[in-house]
Amino acid sequence: MASTLTDARPLRRGRVWDHFSITTKRVIWAWAFLALPVVFYGVIRFYPTFQAFNLSFTDWDLLRPAQYIGFENYRTLLADPEFWQVFGNTFAYLVIGTPISLVISFVVAYHLDQVRFMHAFLRALYFLPFLTTAAAMAWVWRWFYQPVPIGIINSALSGAGLPTQPFLRSTEQALPAIMATAVWAGLGFQVIIFMAGLRAIPTTFYEAARIDGLGAWAILRKITLPLLKPTTVFLVVFSSIGFLRIFDQVYNMTTNDPGGPLNSTKPLVLMIYQTAFSSFDMGYAAAQTVALFTILLLVSLLQLWVLRAK
Amino acid sequence: MTALTDPARVLTTGPRIRPGRVLTWTLLLIGGVVMVTPLLFMFSTSLKTAGQVYDLRLIPAAPTVANYVEVLSDGRFLRWFLNSMFVAVTVTLSNVFFDSMVGYTLAKFTFRGRYFVFIAILSTLMIPTEMLVIPWYLMSAQFGWIDTYWGIMFPGMMTAFGTFLMKQFFETVPDDFLEAARIDGLNEFTIWWKIAMPLVAPALSALAIFTFLGNWTAFFWPLIVTNSADRYTLPVGLSSFAVEQSIQWEMIMTGAALATVPTLIVFLVLQRYIVRGVMLAGLKG
Repeated sequence: MASTLTDARPLRRGRVWDHFSITTKRVIWAWAFLALPVVFYGVIRFYPTFQAFNLSFTDWDLLRPAQYIGFENYRTLLADPEFWQVFGNTFAYLVIGTPISLVISFVVAYHLDQVRFMHAFLRALYFLPFLTTAAAMAWVWRWFYQPVPIGIINSALSGAGLPTQPFLRSTEQALPAIMATAVWAGLGFQVIIFMAGLRAIPTTFYEAARIDGLGAWAILRKITLPLLKPTTVFLVVFSSIGFLRIFDQVYNMTTNDPGGPLNSTKPLVLMIYQTAFSSFDMGYAAAQTVALFTILLLVSLLQLWVLRAK
Repeated sequence: MTALTDPARVLTTGPRIRPGRVLTWTLLLIGGVVMVTPLLFMFSTSLKTAGQVYDLRLIPAAPTVANYVEVLSDGRFLRWFLNSMFVAVTVTLSNVFFDSMVGYTLAKFTFRGRYFVFIAILSTLMIPTEMLVIPWYLMSAQFGWIDTYWGIMFPGMMTAFGTFLMKQFFETVPDDFLEAARIDGLNEFTIWWKIAMPLVAPALSALAIFTFLGNWTAFFWPLIVTNSADRYTLPVGLSSFAVEQSIQWEMIMTGAALATVPTLIVFLVLQRYIVRGVMLAGLKG
């Protein structure tokens, strides 16, 4: 009984299936492969995107039902001095962090690429920090920045007879101090990508340049840098997005006063986190996420436009 | 000079013959040592007693594993470690399966709507995670996913980055291979899984490394979606542990070491593959 059923079914299905042309069968296979992913992207990516925009026009705070309040959240945001401070901080991370990390990583990659002796070992030294957990290493750096006699940096300074620095306790030094942690963590990735880009330049270019009698500096300026441009553009955009979204380091290095002292280190993502998950002001937080989205989009487009192939 | 006259050397070493190479090498070494200094001091301090913390020598006078014994004694770190491991491995397997399935379909099938699906998936790359966490949080609250493994994992089960990466690599697989399998009567799933997948193994390992690393170190979403210590991932657990320890730096360094050293060892062993994977993904992605 059971066996006849199981025998009959594939046979019947097989017949229907056999009626399809090869092309139709392949189309059915394609959509079978895509079925679950299409649902996933719809429910977990597109619907939430739409919902984030939608929520940004409401005053929802999890307690009372949401009411549409038009552009009120955006008006509040633009009039909020904290937002402008946070906006400035977020760009400070980007404007200082990106050039510094790219210059250092290029210099390291350029020279590391030419080194053969213990190459893998040196590369590993630069690459290791990239493999660490930002939340964990933020605490190590936080310890480094402590005053004498705990903090290593200040102990070294005082040992050398130099004045000690307040670092995380100062409204002026805290942001660069946290940024240094983020630069350190991202450097290994950038070095590896730059080295991949350098390797991709055909050696014939260099040979031709040497035959033409160009020196090392001229080769760097006329051949290496122009041919490395796609890599540089990728890293500029990638690293900028990373700095604009900085959170892990700031959160962990300022737990006693998140984003402090006096909001001087607070980036936009931390402000979003606090508005949404400390104040539960979901509508306002959603408006802040839309602001973040807009900033990321504009900065990426601007960079791609400025750095476009001429 | 000799480099120019000797053709073999021009070909193999190109512009690499430079004076001052020893100086360059030394500077690179110093820079590299500076890079790993935080790791060295983290490890060194984790081996010191509370009284020795102020002794900033790199080699502890009397190294002890007492901190490790104490930190591990209540089992929290083990729990967080296992949580992180489970989450990262599951999400990685899911990405390796689904991203490559979608990438393969978009690369090797022709059907109406293919371009639309591709652009739709690619467009999600523009949306930052931070914009989606509030809707994800509400969704989790509605379906009871808060403080569950599934709650931590669901946003990352498939990624546009992985799909795009795999599509790029499947495009390099010759159609003849797949056509031959089709003539042999294999079904499309078997062709993808048994024929096409092994041909893109380097890309798969790159995708796996990236996904695992990203999820192992993830902080923002796990921080939001978990609220009991039983469900914390290692980074979130460590953060709460460090806050609780306040100024006991040797304990915090022990926690930080527990959170980073085991994976660093694994990564050191697999370093060649990881560097290759990063290069592969960075150039294609």
